[in-house]
Amino acid sequence: MREIFVRLDRCVGCHSCELACAVEHSRSRTLFGAIAETPRPRRRLYVEYVLERKIPFLCRHCEDAPCVTVCRTGALTQDPLTRIVTHNPDRCIGCWMCTMVCPYGVVGREWERRIALKCDRCPDREVPACVEACPTRALVFMEEEEFARLARREAAKEVAQSYRVIP
Amino acid sequence: MEERILRRSVDPASQAMLSLAARQGLETAWDRLEKQQPQCGFGELGLCCRHCNMGPCRIDPFGEGPARGVCGATADTMVARGLLRAIAAGAAAHSDHARDVAHTLKMTAQGKAGGYEIKNEAKLRRLAAEYGIPEAGRPKEEVALDLAEAALGEFGQQEGPIRFTRRAPPKRVALWEKLGIDPRGIDREIVEIMHRTHMGVDHDYINLILHGLRASLADGWGGSMIATELQDVLFGVPQPKRAEANLGVLKQDQVNIIVHGHEPILSEMIVAAAEDPELVALAKQVGAEGINVAGICCTGNEVLMRHGIPIAGNFLHQELAVMTGAVEAVVVDVQCIFPVLADLSACYHTKFISTSPKAKFPGAVHMEFHEETAYETARAIVRAAVENYPNRNQGRVFIPDVKSECMVGFSVEAILEALGGSLDPLLGAVRSGAIKGIVAVVGCNNPKIQQDYGHVNLVRELIRNNVLVVTTGCNAIACAKAGLLLPEAAAQAGDGLKGVCQSLGIPPVLHMGSCVDISRILVACAAIANALGVDISDLPVAGAAPEWMSEKAVSIGAYVVASGIFTVLGTVPQVLGSPNVAHLLTVGAEGVVGGKFAVEPDPFKAARLILDHIAAKRAALGL
Repeated sequence: MREIFVRLDRCVGCHSCELACAVEHSRSRTLFGAIAETPRPRRRLYVEYVLERKIPFLCRHCEDAPCVTVCRTGALTQDPLTRIVTHNPDRCIGCWMCTMVCPYGVVGREWERRIALKCDRCPDREVPACVEACPTRALVFMEEEEFARLARREAAKEVAQSYRVIP
Repeated sequence: MEERILRRSVDPASQAMLSLAARQGLETAWDRLEKQQPQCGFGELGLCCRHCNMGPCRIDPFGEGPARGVCGATADTMVARGLLRAIAAGAAAHSDHARDVAHTLKMTAQGKAGGYEIKNEAKLRRLAAEYGIPEAGRPKEEVALDLAEAALGEFGQQEGPIRFTRRAPPKRVALWEKLGIDPRGIDREIVEIMHRTHMGVDHDYINLILHGLRASLADGWGGSMIATELQDVLFGVPQPKRAEANLGVLKQDQVNIIVHGHEPILSEMIVAAAEDPELVALAKQVGAEGINVAGICCTGNEVLMRHGIPIAGNFLHQELAVMTGAVEAVVVDVQCIFPVLADLSACYHTKFISTSPKAKFPGAVHMEFHEETAYETARAIVRAAVENYPNRNQGRVFIPDVKSECMVGFSVEAILEALGGSLDPLLGAVRSGAIKGIVAVVGCNNPKIQQDYGHVNLVRELIRNNVLVVTTGCNAIACAKAGLLLPEAAAQAGDGLKGVCQSLGIPPVLHMGSCVDISRILVACAAIANALGVDISDLPVAGAAPEWMSEKAVSIGAYVVASGIFTVLGTVPQVLGSPNVAHLLTVGAEGVVGGKFAVEPDPFKAARLILDHIAAKRAALGL
């Protein structure tokens, strides 16, 4: 399964992913339409700024997801095959247990309906909106093995550039 | 042809070139736009501010994140300040162009300019009289010197008025004075924008936008109008003439020189040098049949309307022209020039020659142009192009066989002449309803809109509904390529307009020149309003920029609205992050200046907005 990975050194903090996320979860699905909608379309990922680093944070769709475990109404469920954690707004009672147990703090809140809000990994899209919006490709959508290979190759490139053969 | 290419342009010449570009892996503005997707939403909404180093700041349009910049600036302030800076840049571009023209006139009067002359003495004397400069019995050089100095003085003057603003109807001038937006000096208003939009100065979006209108008026009725009028003195008043348009004007067996940019000061001399017998002989010597100059963008419009020099295309043709492999030199001055032309030219034998000390391009050959040695430099440039002809790889040449005939050069003077010396026949046609109204369709290309789709469809829709269209800039070139600038195009017009065009022998779409020549349209509007004893805002007229992209277009839009004219934009300006500013521009402005903006990318819907507006204005006039 493809996942959303973050190449942490690449984020410039432009927040384009956040805007794209909110627009994708609006009714009009256009920026100019979305900004006038009620309820306000909300982002489901967050660019944090800590220790002078910019870190995009989004639902990792964890295995044995704690948010799903604590959800008493069945609003949060995890697909047995894709492992995607989805949220059913009709069953949510806004108890915020999920928010409390999420280790990453990426379960947000829709103020108007007082319900939880989280990444659904854009079920209508081939590539999630945040990934497509990222101008520096800090966000990528790929298989875990593919991402590891990418990281490996980048690390190898650094080694290759510094390594000299003694003649 | 691939759907992807057809979606980029309606022009068959562009389609052919884009297809070639795709085959050869050549990148164009359309590809670069794709690579920019998605573009920054904060920028699109005007909600980012880089005006100080506490920032950059952004405001969250969804209300979750920050609602203010570090200084406390709101979305209204940020958007208004951004809009004003665009107006400042646009007004500066037009007006600095005008300054160069006034300077050239001054040097010509002093006998210091190499190769220029006063081609239209009658207009010189008319303008001098307008400025209150004594002219009777004085030699033209003396009058020209006084006129040039008076015009140059208006850039730095601290108190108004700017002379040509008084061409506007008295009601309009009184309104500007009442609102405090009658411009004082051209440079002053631009500088004041930079001051007001500095950190910690003007934060009231209404106060900001009113000043933006003042600076834009200093452009439309100041800088742009000075450029137009003094160019007419130096190079002649355009008269109707036939010419050809589109990439098919490039010649397989001749030295092709493209002039691109905005100022005729350079291109006039290139045109003259290309006729120099010595250089023509040299061209024959290197195996070419002759020297073919063709224009792109507004410098192209300038030589098109004064000399019938063929026009190779509009803004988005600049890369495509080089890709024909048949261009010996692209000679540029200022504005709307893609810096990537340097890299693209390097793929061919084409020399990319920059000429302005203000506009240098890494990778270009710089042959700096100064008035004193204008003709000599132009000769050197043309010579470089001719000597480059043997380097052309004829096997690589592909010139699409696409060109159209056009009739161009409808200055206000030429329109009056076509009408038999008075506005009456036109006013009569408007009164009778044969012509419902007059609409200026102007502006750029923008790869966000299928090239020429917005231009051509809006214009066709308007003339079909008996609206006389006047055009400048890249819309004019789009219309030329589409065959709309011909008297024969009257067949596409509604019956009323068709009759008027056929009886006068004019096209239903009148080419009035380059983008600074939108000032000609203002003059025409003022003359019509004055003849009817009303304000410009009472007239059944409108403006449209279906494919605009530049800051100059922002300034133009602002001065057209501030002159009382309803204006429809085809691409969304970066203001929607402030509902207050957007409301002021699209609704509130009408109650203040009598004109307002609308945004409508669909040219058919835009036509409907305009036709409804014209109908309302006609009803109010009792027509």
